[in-house]
Amino acid sequence: MKLIIAIIRPYQLEAVKEELYKAEVNLITVSEVLGHGRQKGVTEIYRGAKETGNLLKKVHLEIAVNENFVEPTIKAIVKGAKTGETGDGKIFVLDLKECIRIRTEERGSLAIG
Amino acid sequence: MINSGDTAWVLISSALVMLMTPGLAFFYGGMVRRKNILGVLMQCFIILCALSVQWVLFGYSLAFHPGNGFWGGFGWFGLNGVGLEPYADYAATIPHQAFMIFQAMFAIITPALIIGAFAERMKFSAFLIFTLLWATFVYDPVCHWVWGVGGWLRNFGALDFAGGTVVHINAGIAALVTALVIGKRKTFNHGSPVPHSMAFVVLGTALLWFGWFGFNAGSALAANGLAVNAFVVTNTAAAAAGLSWAILDWLKHGKPTVFGTASGAVAGLVAITPAAGFVGVIPAIIIGLLVSVFCFIAVSIVKPKLGYDDALDAFGVHCVGGIWGALATGLFASKAINSAGANGLFFGNPKQFTIQLTAVLVTLVYSFVATFVLYKLVNVFMGIRVSEKEELMGLDLTQHHETAYTVLE
Repeated sequence: MKLIIAIIRPYQLEAVKEELYKAEVNLITVSEVLGHGRQKGVTEIYRGAKETGNLLKKVHLEIAVNENFVEPTIKAIVKGAKTGETGDGKIFVLDLKECIRIRTEERGSLAIG
Repeated sequence: MINSGDTAWVLISSALVMLMTPGLAFFYGGMVRRKNILGVLMQCFIILCALSVQWVLFGYSLAFHPGNGFWGGFGWFGLNGVGLEPYADYAATIPHQAFMIFQAMFAIITPALIIGAFAERMKFSAFLIFTLLWATFVYDPVCHWVWGVGGWLRNFGALDFAGGTVVHINAGIAALVTALVIGKRKTFNHGSPVPHSMAFVVLGTALLWFGWFGFNAGSALAANGLAVNAFVVTNTAAAAAGLSWAILDWLKHGKPTVFGTASGAVAGLVAITPAAGFVGVIPAIIIGLLVSVFCFIAVSIVKPKLGYDDALDAFGVHCVGGIWGALATGLFASKAINSAGANGLFFGNPKQFTIQLTAVLVTLVYSFVATFVLYKLVNVFMGIRVSEKEELMGLDLTQHHETAYTVLE
C-alpha cells in the first residue's frame, strides 16, 4: 500500500480528476494549500502596489492505493497536471503502513479498495 | 411646469436603478466560479463608468432626440439643448436632465445583462469595445424605435412600459448570440461549473428587486397613481414567480432550491416590466406564476438539450421572460389601469396582441443580426475569447491581476 501525495496547480485539478477517473482511481482527498517551489509566486497589483512572491494557491491531493494502482495513479496525475512550465508541482509516494475502514473495521488492502 | 414631487421621485428612481447594476454584478458574481468573480464585478462596474460617459456624450441623443423613425441623430450631442426645463414630449413635470439620467441607468444595465452569457471566458479589452459598440448600435437605436419621439415602433402602437422589449428581449437575444459564437466554457465531463456563492446570488436578487421599484414605478415619470400601480404589480409578479419556481423545483427535483427561487423572482421582475403600467394585480400574479414555468423549461430542459453555454442564463431568463412579458401586455393591458395605454386581447382588442408580437419579432431579429455582426467585427480585430490557459487560471488573475479571496492572511 502506498500513499500518493501530489501538489498541483488549482486549475489543473479538473483535468487530473478526469484522468484519475479514467484510471479507475476513485478515492481522493483534496485540500487547498499555499506554497511555492521554484516558480516563486505570482504578481498581483493592488492600487498600483505590486505584490510579488505571493504564496501561490495550490491543490494538495492525497490518494491511498494498492501496489497495482501506484503507476496508473502517477501517470494519471502527470497527464492531467503537466503543462511543461515551472510550477506544475510534485508527486510524493510514501509507504503506507496500515489502512482501516471505519465503518467495517476492515484492514489493509481490502480497506483501501 | 416642474413638479417637485415628480422630480424627487424620478431622481430617487434613477438612484434605485443605478443600484441594480451592482446588484446584477452580485447576482451573476455568485454564480461563477470564485476565480472569476472579480471579472464579473468589474465588467458590470466598468459598464457603469463607460456608459455613463457615452450616454451624456451621444447615447442619449441617438436614443431620444427626435430624429427620424430609426435613430435620434446627434442633435443633443453632449447634452446640448438638454436642460433643466421639462421636455414635454417625454415628461412634462420634471427637468429634461432628470429624464435623461433616469434613462441613463437603463442604458447601463441593459448591456450588463448580456455578461451572463459569455461569463468566465471573455477578454476584458474586447468586452469593453464590444459593449460600447453594442450600446451605440443596438441599444440606442432600439430604444429610439420604442420610446423616442418619432420612433417607428412607438408610432406603431407597441406598449413597453419600462423596457421589456428595449431592455430584456434586446439584451437576452444578444446574450444567446454571444453564447453561441463564443462557444462553451472549458469544462470537463461533469456538467457545468457550480456557483461559488449562493449567498451573493440572493444578495444580488434582493438588490435587483429593490432597484426594480425604480425601474418600473419610476417609469411613470411622476409620483402618481400609475407609479403606485407599477410598484404594486412589480412586487406581486416577482413574489408569484419566486413562489412558482420554488414549487417547480420541489416537484421536479424533490427540494425547493434557493437558486431557483431567486431566479424565479428575477424572471417575474423581467416579465412584469413591459406590463407594469398597463395591468392590474390579478394579471400580475398570472404573469409571475407563468414566467417561471417558461424560464424553467428554457434553462433546465431546452438549454441542456441544445447544448449552448448561456453560462448564467441571460437568454433563458431575460429573453424568455421578456417575450412573455411583452406578449402578456398584449393580453392583459387595460385602459382602466392606464388611459394613455391600450386594451389587450382579454379586454376586447386582439390587435394589441399582434402589435406586441410584431415589436418582439422586430427586436429579436435586429438585435440578433446586429449583435452577430458586432461580435465578429471585434473578434477579427482583437480576438474575443481569452486563451485556454487564462480561462483555466480565471479572469480575476489574468485580466485584472487581483484575486477576490485569500486562503490565509
